[in-house]
Amino acid sequence: MKTATREKLVSAVFLAVALTSVAAVALICVFLFASGIPAVGEIGVFRFLLGREWSPTDVPPVFGILPMILGSLYVTAGAILFGVPVGVLTSVFMARMCRPRLYRVIKPALDLLAGIPSIVYGFFGLMVLVPLTREIFGGTGKSIFTASLLLGIMILPTIIGVSESALRSVPQSYYEGALALGASHTRAVYFTVLPAAKSGIFAGVILGIGRAIGETMAVIMVAGNQARAPTGVFKGVRTLTANIVMEMGYSEGLHREALIATGVVLFVFILIINVSFSLVKRRSKQ
Amino acid sequence: MIKFDIQNLKLYYGDYQALKGIDLAIEEREITAFIGPSGCGKSTLLKSLNRMNDLVEGCRVVGKVLLDGEDIYGALDVTELRRRVGMVFQKPNPFPMSVYDNIAFGPRTHGITQKHKLDEIVETTLKNAAIWDELKDRLKKSAIALSGGQQQRLCIARALAVQPEVLLMDEPTSALDPISTGKIEELILDLKRRYSIVIVTHNMQQATRISDKTAFFLLGEVVEFDETENLFSAPRDKRTEDYITGRFG
Repeated sequence: MKTATREKLVSAVFLAVALTSVAAVALICVFLFASGIPAVGEIGVFRFLLGREWSPTDVPPVFGILPMILGSLYVTAGAILFGVPVGVLTSVFMARMCRPRLYRVIKPALDLLAGIPSIVYGFFGLMVLVPLTREIFGGTGKSIFTASLLLGIMILPTIIGVSESALRSVPQSYYEGALALGASHTRAVYFTVLPAAKSGIFAGVILGIGRAIGETMAVIMVAGNQARAPTGVFKGVRTLTANIVMEMGYSEGLHREALIATGVVLFVFILIINVSFSLVKRRSKQ
Repeated sequence: MIKFDIQNLKLYYGDYQALKGIDLAIEEREITAFIGPSGCGKSTLLKSLNRMNDLVEGCRVVGKVLLDGEDIYGALDVTELRRRVGMVFQKPNPFPMSVYDNIAFGPRTHGITQKHKLDEIVETTLKNAAIWDELKDRLKKSAIALSGGQQQRLCIARALAVQPEVLLMDEPTSALDPISTGKIEELILDLKRRYSIVIVTHNMQQATRISDKTAFFLLGEVVEFDETENLFSAPRDKRTEDYITGRFG
């Protein structure tokens, strides 16, 4: 075989392999929208998205997913509330303050935290966080609060990892410039290095949001999963992901399609998050 | 008046000795230039005057550096030292924030928070650094968007904002074009009236243009220290002569 032909063949193979992931995304899109959109049309866009009641087995059934949209947003916001301050401060500590010996403990611990399967997180939440919440704040213990706390822990490795590398890539000259003006180490880090890493840290937070909103197993185990609009942080809640998992097994017909449409809504959320992530990343490069 | 009195200063990076017993007296309100080939210890000495060498791991200092008679490696608080002894770096390093916040960073660090006081400091410092007219309409704009020369003058202004007594400059014009360099040299000459200035430079014309005294460094030692005019017209040491006539370095 001639060299040129062989080169072409090889690059064609690489292209085909590289297109696998693109094809997968495309197929998922087609499947989701093809099976989800007709259901939304049948139910009515507004009644589906803004409907406050989800009673798929009533006659006639009612499919309103607003409680689940709110549920997903609430637990994600809660996770951000717990996870961002802890995550960002940890990354500052790791990048600029901690001794190498301590770093060698923290870093593997975080890698391990990132690798723990979500079902194990769920068990931890169920056995530890739920009883704890029940004892301290009353109620069943399965609530927005518990889910947020658990998700907050789960997104820590993502936020810390991205933030730490953003902090490390800040030019040392900013830090030195601040010290030369008489700033202490802490002040130099918090008022020059941290602001300079701002957009990188923000990108980490967005990735964390993506992880939190898509999380299913762990959330199901601690959130209570009542399909109604939550009335307080210590009340149960059902997320979009939980809604799909819990009913997919026995659903059929329009009910089934409505669940797929729930997946479409989730997909759109993730799409928005990814687009904002790349926007933030592009801005941080400039 | 002697501002900095350096007595038998030895500095080690781990096992490597970068400064081999420096004795030097830096006069108040004069410009002292440090010249010499790369790696001769001139920047190291400069950085040891405001203890920026503390950042280098394994750096050890023996000997004395007296600022107005007080040992800076003794009881003097390092943040107070750095307020009194400001520094301008080789590469302009404005913070990624507004022009105003860059200037206000130092004063805020040292406890000034009232807006009207900060406004006043920003204006007077920028005027002192002869860059007010260029920047007065851009105070809220990011300092990163300025030209290299403007950035460096902003950094000089930022150092002045904490009312230092000494300004250390580490090759402040080596990253700049000739016109910006000219402006900065003018500024340095103007600042001499109020500050003691120590400047490290690779550019010997620059040393002759602006400095009062020059120290020639080689291999961690001061070979010759004299009035700039004398050092360049009638060097006493053969090595100095070889260096300034361009035979090495």
